[in-house]
Amino acid sequence: MTAAVTSENPPPLEIHDLTVAYYKKPVLYGIDVTVPAGKLVGIIGPNGAGKSTLIKAAMGLLPASSGWVKIFGEPFHKACGRVGYVPQRESVDWDFPVNVMDVVLMGRYGRLGLFRRPTAADRDVARACLDKVKMLPFASRQIGNLSGGQQQRVFLARALAQESDLYFMDEPFSGVDAATESAIVVLLQELKDRGKTLLVVHHDLATAREYFDTLLLLNMRLVAFGPTAEVFTHEILQKTYGGRLTILSEVAEVVGRQP
Amino acid sequence: MIEPWAESGALYGWILAMGILVGVSCGLVGNYLLLRRMALVGDAISHSVLPGLVVAFMLTHSRNIPAMFAGALVAGLITVGLIEFIHKKSRVKPDAAICIAFTTLFALGVVMTSLIDKGGLHIDAECILYGEIAFVPLEPPVEWFGIAIGPQPVLLMAGVALAVVGLSVVFYKELLVSSFDPGLTTSLGFNAAALHYGLMAVLSVVVVSAFEAVGAVMVVAMLIIPGMTAAQLSSRLPVRHGLVVVHSGISSLAGLHLSVWLNCSTAGAMVVMGALLFVLAWLFSPSDGLVWRWRRRGSDGSGEEGTVASPGGKV
Repeated sequence: MTAAVTSENPPPLEIHDLTVAYYKKPVLYGIDVTVPAGKLVGIIGPNGAGKSTLIKAAMGLLPASSGWVKIFGEPFHKACGRVGYVPQRESVDWDFPVNVMDVVLMGRYGRLGLFRRPTAADRDVARACLDKVKMLPFASRQIGNLSGGQQQRVFLARALAQESDLYFMDEPFSGVDAATESAIVVLLQELKDRGKTLLVVHHDLATAREYFDTLLLLNMRLVAFGPTAEVFTHEILQKTYGGRLTILSEVAEVVGRQP
Repeated sequence: MIEPWAESGALYGWILAMGILVGVSCGLVGNYLLLRRMALVGDAISHSVLPGLVVAFMLTHSRNIPAMFAGALVAGLITVGLIEFIHKKSRVKPDAAICIAFTTLFALGVVMTSLIDKGGLHIDAECILYGEIAFVPLEPPVEWFGIAIGPQPVLLMAGVALAVVGLSVVFYKELLVSSFDPGLTTSLGFNAAALHYGLMAVLSVVVVSAFEAVGAVMVVAMLIIPGMTAAQLSSRLPVRHGLVVVHSGISSLAGLHLSVWLNCSTAGAMVVMGALLFVLAWLFSPSDGLVWRWRRRGSDGSGEEGTVASPGGKV
């Protein structure tokens, strides 16, 4: 996977020997990976494998104990304008006193920088992004009055409004209805086709193979990273999920269904 | 009800002005404390600025304003730092960490106060706890080109209120996004920690300047009650900011009258009135009032758009 990287065209994400610890207890060990441009990457692994931790550490939201991360060849704080982020839906308070439009406009804040307010042009972008996820009719709705799937669409619209080149998404499929799920899949594919790079934390093995062209299998250490067809094998999945029997039988079933 | 004004309008005018200015400053900062679920931190800082004031007093041997502000600011930031330190470096939960930090600092302040008293200077503990808003007009007036403008604490509070309003306008979008989604804030390139400590610094200054009027106990009410009242009535932040101003106006005026009528503590009466407004908003809020909810349950009325539209909305 480590295709020759020239200095003019650095990879969207390069992680070297990254170790992250909570209370001195490591949750990620020596992660080494380079993600080339234009890939739709699914990050999969068992609970507690450090999937969310990996993307948070990549953006500097969590301090690394060792190692480094480069985004388009630069440290995160210099490249943050090119990075979009969709946090877990549960990570925010949906009773917060803002409406759908306010939330999507937050995606423009990074471009505005300090002191400047969103302009009419920013509102146009926000409206277009809401339209893309079919949430424009809800623009003035208070965010607490949305269903789980609608909330996730708002978060996606906000990420689209960031107009980034590299996206980190933390479980965007969790707790959404089937219609939203397929709408998100189409959207991710579209972003990929426009040359964007996406890293998506995902916990449903059954759909992982179908949704992503590249997989990053994680269990505190990097188990495998590569094209889905190559790494979605019984052996690698077993290595990733260890001795968890219920999951293993699930894995066997999923792999068994392979054509 | 016009009795106090007929007697000595100017006197009551200054008390009312002080009440409103304290209410607006505390209420705006309080809105953000509520959104960040940091109401307890407001309580903590309102107590832990005491040692800062005492140290500033000891160093300068005067009650000059810059020294008092600096003392409060340092003490406030130390409190926040200490809370985080205790929480991160031990297994103490955040709420317990807050209690440990601020009671310890307040106790230190109390101990140091008695040291000062022996040195011949004096800080009134009663005033620190309960405030003396009724005496505010009696403070020496500030003169500008020989013309007396007004009592010093009121003018100071006006300056602080102006600064709070200005800062919440200038940093509106930064405070909004960092209160809603800290992860996104950092990923957008904003310095969430600087915003957090900035807010805490402003909180410390607001608290110490409101001290003289309402004291350490009731300043917490001024921080939390207006914002909580506004939260019953609106789900848009700018509207809530406006409602906080209205709340402080009504509660100050009604509280002043109550205190004249009952001949009781003015600050106490203002807080009681503020709390009464909260209860009214809670019961009769047009969108989500308790009374309407009871009536709806009684008649089994459904179809209220705001609440029924989201079967799976609440996470």
